[in-house]
Amino acid sequence: MRRRIYMTAGYNTVSMGTGRKEFNPKKARPGLEHYFKEAGQGTINQINDADNIDEISIGNFMAARFNKQANLPGFAAHIDDKLQWKPSISVEGACGSGGLSLMYGIRSVLAETADVVLSMGIEVQNTVKAIYGADILAGAGWYQKRKEGHAYFFPGQFSDRAGAYYEKVGMEKARAGMKQWFINSIENARLDPTAQEHQNRVPDLAALYDKFKPNGTAFVDKLSVLDCSKVSDGASSILVCSEEGLAKLGIDKKDAVEVMGFGHVGRNITNDPEDLTELQTIKKAASKALDNADVTIAQLGTIEVHDCFSIAGVLATEALGLAPNGGGADYVAAGNTARDGAMPMNTTGGLIGWGHPTGATGVHQAVTIWQQLTGKAGEAQINISNHRPYGMTINMGGDDVTVISIVFKKG
Amino acid sequence: MTYEERLQNVSVLGAAGKMGSGILLLTAIEMTDLSLKPGNKGKTFVLNAIDVSAEGLAGLMKYLRGQVRKVAEKKTVWLRKMYADRDDLVENYDIIDEYVFDVLNVVRPVTTMAAAYQSNLIFEAVSENRALKVKLLGDIDKNNGNNPWFFTNTSSVPIKLIEKEAGLEGRVLGFHFYNPPAVQRLVELIITGKTLAEVEDFARNYAKNLKKIIVPSNDFAGFIGNGHFMRDALHGMKEATALAEEKNIPLYKAIYMVNKVTQDYLVRPMGIFQLIDYVGIDVVQFILNVMNPFVEDEELSHDLLDKMMLQGVKGGQKSSGAQKDGFLKYKGGRFTAIWDVHKQEYIDLDSFKDECDEMLGELPSSVVAWKSVIRNKKKDDLLAAFFNDLKTSADLGAAMAIKYGLKSKAIGEKLVSDKVAKETDHVNTVMLTGFFHAYGPVNNFFD
Repeated sequence: MRRRIYMTAGYNTVSMGTGRKEFNPKKARPGLEHYFKEAGQGTINQINDADNIDEISIGNFMAARFNKQANLPGFAAHIDDKLQWKPSISVEGACGSGGLSLMYGIRSVLAETADVVLSMGIEVQNTVKAIYGADILAGAGWYQKRKEGHAYFFPGQFSDRAGAYYEKVGMEKARAGMKQWFINSIENARLDPTAQEHQNRVPDLAALYDKFKPNGTAFVDKLSVLDCSKVSDGASSILVCSEEGLAKLGIDKKDAVEVMGFGHVGRNITNDPEDLTELQTIKKAASKALDNADVTIAQLGTIEVHDCFSIAGVLATEALGLAPNGGGADYVAAGNTARDGAMPMNTTGGLIGWGHPTGATGVHQAVTIWQQLTGKAGEAQINISNHRPYGMTINMGGDDVTVISIVFKKG
Repeated sequence: MTYEERLQNVSVLGAAGKMGSGILLLTAIEMTDLSLKPGNKGKTFVLNAIDVSAEGLAGLMKYLRGQVRKVAEKKTVWLRKMYADRDDLVENYDIIDEYVFDVLNVVRPVTTMAAAYQSNLIFEAVSENRALKVKLLGDIDKNNGNNPWFFTNTSSVPIKLIEKEAGLEGRVLGFHFYNPPAVQRLVELIITGKTLAEVEDFARNYAKNLKKIIVPSNDFAGFIGNGHFMRDALHGMKEATALAEEKNIPLYKAIYMVNKVTQDYLVRPMGIFQLIDYVGIDVVQFILNVMNPFVEDEELSHDLLDKMMLQGVKGGQKSSGAQKDGFLKYKGGRFTAIWDVHKQEYIDLDSFKDECDEMLGELPSSVVAWKSVIRNKKKDDLLAAFFNDLKTSADLGAAMAIKYGLKSKAIGEKLVSDKVAKETDHVNTVMLTGFFHAYGPVNNFFD
């Protein structure tokens, strides 16, 4: 890369929704305004002066429908008066919007049009019942396919993927992997106070998972609700900086992570995936990011993968080449992706455990990697060895359509 | 006539009432779901919502709109299949909206009885007045050329009297929903001995499609549900009166104590006086008056009810569903005072509660709460442990509870020996599903 890029001063709000004790669907809740302010100020409070921020990029998927609100760039100055009159932009790529927000920051710093970009992601989606939320989230797919799709459109898409995977490796084996993915997600979420499942106290998660059988009359054929990410309100925020930017902010490199490379790949939304058991776009984006960073997967100490469904987590291990084709379920079931496993993944719970405020997720992933690589992950901290000092994020929009993968190293 | 043809023209009498509106909702949904099936496209389904109150009918339509939307939100997966041929309906929201319209479009709110003259099936849910029921059903039958069937929701009038007096031989049965019909799964089914087999078959089919649990009851005033509840309530009033005399305490304190024993000690969802308030003191009195002439060996009345009615304290619920004050005074879902029939005012619970609790004694540590035990797999063990501790306790509360539990059992057994219920299981099912008790009244816990 033509300039060195860093990220620092990450902040996550609580991922709010079912699972949190303070969440009551019948009572009024904070809206976009609150989440913008809390996340933005959470980052600004870690730097010397908000005036040092040159630009603001906002990842958001569907505020226009969840909150009947568009023109989100206008909320930048709502965070802090010093952001008034500064360039602000909103980017959208479904659940990959957060990743696009980071990419905007990276590109702007690379282009030398900015030294410090406040990159945010935000989604407030508990404004409607899940059955109507499903309509809104279906916008991540091709609308021409909505009519033939499932009432719960995206769970329906990944239910089909799960079904194909069951055919390929056997249902029992596949679900054993998915179960372990679920257990890891909740156990990791318990270690992060902002996680939606942080207060989860279920003693026997395996038994709970076994109790929830897929039921096509009420939900989808091949997945239960425990295989799905959560409906969440939340925002995340981080600064994307040049070396000069970091100095201007007065932040030491040891409190930052360096962006070593990225892969940003799009797939034709009007085509069905070639093979339902493969995440082709993720495969391409991750390999691009690693090539770009000149890093092998063995050098990664942790990965944040986009587990909107447990099956997506399992398939991601194959797309990354960690497990052979059809071997992802066994790889996960053997504990390889657990926080103490061969390749720790989603160490604060991922989309299933931490939560999935759709447009914010990409930024949340970067914040988690920043926390882990700089030793700021609190109880969720894993050991990052000097031999494997890198971290990676994979953020996916739609059904393997818009994918952003970024490789980081401790600054 | 097939099941579907029978349901193509239906009337509900008293449709704006509490029971009527629930019956109307369930029937409108069943009719609409039939109309959506591929073989029925193009057929017209009509459900007359008949009530004397135009205002009530306006409220009914609003109630329906809200409830049907909730129902639709829970079965959208199925609805998407039913509307698969409608290219204009793409999102769940479109489909749910269309379904709400389709259900409301089946319903014809009217204040004139003549609407029922075309119906094949008439649900009757007017007030518990035998003469009124007989007149309405008889009039409709005379003017209706379809030889219609009549399902009455009466909870106390013997069906064979309605059958005979309205001239409906073989075409009437008791189809007794529990309040609220949309939620409660229990239906008591009462046939008269003359009821045609096809009428009963239809009723069972219809109940099954509504996902209701049917308990057959013999045609004795009050049937199983009120047969038990009314006697249980009378026992509560007798116990309170006796306790007040025996301990020389004001009646309101005794009412508090009996209510507490029937809730906390007997592990029921509410105490007996709260339940009387919930049903309505006026309704309880009314049903007892209907039942009383039909029972020979007991007197089904209590002067405490008469006093409350004279003093204008009636309980029951507001149209919003909020509880009205009765024996107990309610605030935000809890009760805060008890009615004193002598002073004719509410006495604050705080002023006497501790003293009464002390008289009752402390609950054993094995006590279980109704809410936590009702879905517990080890329910029977937990209850047995608690009730055993009550049996060995010397406290007043424990003794009252054992006596009450045994009386409740005796009432249940008498319903069987009087042949109101065919077997004790039926009595227990009614109390478990219709009254949400944690255990059936006919048990060995208190022996």
